[in-house]
Amino acid sequence: MNRKLIVSPSPHAKGTDSIPSIMYGVIFSLIPVLAVAVYFFGIKALIVTLTAVVSCMVFEFLIQKFILKGKITVFDGSAIITGMLLAFNLPSSIPIWMIIVGSLVAIGVAKMSFGGLGNNPFNPALVGRVFMLISFPVEMTTWPPNRFTLVDGYSGATPLGFAKGALKSGKTVSEIMPDVADLGHIFNYFVGNMEGCIGEISALFILLGGLYLLYRRIITWHIPVSIFVTVFIFSGILHLVNPDLYISPEFHLLTGGLFLGAIYMATDMVTSPMSKKGMIIFGVGIGALTVIIRTWGAYPEGVSFAILIMNAFVPLINRYIKPRRFGKEVKHG
Amino acid sequence: MLKTFKIGGVHPPENKISANTPIEVLPLPETVTIPISQHIGVPSQVLVQKNDKVKVGTLIAKQNGFVSANIHSSVSGTVQKIEEVFDTSGYRRMAITIAVEGDEWEESIDRSTDLKRDYDTSTDIIQKIAEAGIVGLGGATFPAHVKLTVPQGKKAEILIINGVECEPYLTSDHRLMLERDNEIMIGTSILMKALNVSDAAIGIENNKPDAIKKLTETAKNYPGIKVVPLKVKYPQGAEKQLIKAITNREVPSGKLPIEVGAVVQNIGTAFAVYEAVVKNKPLIERVVTVTGKSLEKPSNLLVRIGTPVQKLLDYAGGIDENATKVISGGPMMGKAISNLDIPVTKGTSGIVVLSKKEGYRKEQNNCIRCARCVSVCPMGLEPYLLMAYSERQMWSEAEKDKVMDCIECGSCSFTCPSNRPLLDYVRLGKSTVGKIIRNRK
Repeated sequence: MNRKLIVSPSPHAKGTDSIPSIMYGVIFSLIPVLAVAVYFFGIKALIVTLTAVVSCMVFEFLIQKFILKGKITVFDGSAIITGMLLAFNLPSSIPIWMIIVGSLVAIGVAKMSFGGLGNNPFNPALVGRVFMLISFPVEMTTWPPNRFTLVDGYSGATPLGFAKGALKSGKTVSEIMPDVADLGHIFNYFVGNMEGCIGEISALFILLGGLYLLYRRIITWHIPVSIFVTVFIFSGILHLVNPDLYISPEFHLLTGGLFLGAIYMATDMVTSPMSKKGMIIFGVGIGALTVIIRTWGAYPEGVSFAILIMNAFVPLINRYIKPRRFGKEVKHG
Repeated sequence: MLKTFKIGGVHPPENKISANTPIEVLPLPETVTIPISQHIGVPSQVLVQKNDKVKVGTLIAKQNGFVSANIHSSVSGTVQKIEEVFDTSGYRRMAITIAVEGDEWEESIDRSTDLKRDYDTSTDIIQKIAEAGIVGLGGATFPAHVKLTVPQGKKAEILIINGVECEPYLTSDHRLMLERDNEIMIGTSILMKALNVSDAAIGIENNKPDAIKKLTETAKNYPGIKVVPLKVKYPQGAEKQLIKAITNREVPSGKLPIEVGAVVQNIGTAFAVYEAVVKNKPLIERVVTVTGKSLEKPSNLLVRIGTPVQKLLDYAGGIDENATKVISGGPMMGKAISNLDIPVTKGTSGIVVLSKKEGYRKEQNNCIRCARCVSVCPMGLEPYLLMAYSERQMWSEAEKDKVMDCIECGSCSFTCPSNRPLLDYVRLGKSTVGKIIRNRK
């Protein structure tokens, strides 16, 4: 009998996950975060997000079609994630044309110029965001009040921005803000009832998305947990040393972009380390840099910069931090 | 908490569709083709010539050096030819073809399937095992007598019997455990005696609760043997991972299990040892799982060594036009065979037929650095990096990052969402670095 059989080396079985299944898993987990943003900021949040997603996809398509002349992978989901995460890092009042420029930088400069998905050293959405922050400083730091926080006294600034400004003008922590130990406020911060970027406000829904990503094994706990622990300990020590000068660790954790950054931006597969130990070093670095930038830097917010700086260290971390090899130390008994 | 190994591992779909099918005897084929290289080591030395008459159990090729194994005729009949044929390796290798005539056995062999406990206790067990041509029946085919010969200065402390059968689809060990539990226990006791150890552990994954129950019950009558249920995780049947799971000892990089006092033998091997020592029967047949989603009758068959794969498939209902790949062994580590005349050998634990959907590889994409290959590697290696080294021929870097530690379990390629052929490239690195190391000596 002479039937044709396929011959190839093992393994002959294949897992079910693919690039699209991973990417659409992330997108799925971001939908509740988007819903919360629309709830607090209105339809504008949806418009900003759609603009960024469509721009990222169009730019990726144009570059792949006319410049690289290669395979079109616009629908693998990665450009959609870049668009969503870029939008989530913008205030809802940002002009549309600026979003388009930011998307071009994110996809064109940060992703495609390095060779597309898998080859970019820096998180594309964050590169786009930081480019916009530097190019359009006024629009990027103007915060429209959300539906509820007008009464809360912070309108026009994020909690972190407000705190930074007040501390600079010589006030003490206890003077400038209601007691953050007050449960009402912690709860507000936790669900997202405050000013901020579209996707960063609700720690609760970001956390839920993160749990889904953990369940799907798209991310591991190492990076987010090491960031949270580092920020908590570092800012906690500062706060204990001088509670009048340094804001409390809960405030650091729940306001600003830490949750979005730690769970969605720092865990970007392409730009984070490969080994578990490396991931922890990466997370500790991000946590420490975040507190340093927030406390002593020029900007009230430091997560984006911290992640981009640590992105630069990833090749070095991968080179020197190896996974624990089997059989390295002999354990007897 | 069930025991398992600590680093890495994956969960391929089990597909154990033949688990409830009792072992059946496959009728004799018209001819058998018995390769003289069915084991790791030096090919055996042919003892017969064309037209010689042989019986079942006649020695037809003898052990050639220490790491080698005897080969016996699995049928009675006439030697038809001695020439090179394709075997599962994909290469042409020397093999003895015998035309089957009747079923006449060597007189010394006890053919009955009755359980017998007594054997001549004065026999040199290891010698007897070597004479019977027993090799590791899990698929690695390392000669059993070599593993049982403890090197000077080392001491065996525990015998581990591998009943994990972590490969998807395969059920031959599972069936053997259910149907030949006493024989396996006696075989294990014999092995313990040969190694001079008082402890033996039979590792079984808890996807086979019936086998765990049965053997735990049977083990009560055999001092020193205990059954260890294990959490399901591939590749737990790999020697180093199984030792880690059961004893929590790690075999050091580049060393053998005896370094941590362990000797591992397969369930099928323990059964073969029973037959060799108690029944004086050489290794001339084995249980083979013939399976696949498209087969009408997935089966566990007792097959004479040298039977063409086609015969097994015919028995299981034949393969349809949808079948595109036939694997000797399991889907994770088995070899795809190029034609169906290839014979069953001592290491053939199963024949798995895959459909079009399962048989083709998917299109390869960029590495997205998801690190899954790193986290699933049971040896703690970085498959993505080893692949990159091989692509760039960076052999000294590959050696430094432990390419030689790879056990080729395939977890990396299995799990890669970009469908990258990680293991293909790691193998290339292994064979090249292996050559470089050998030349250094």
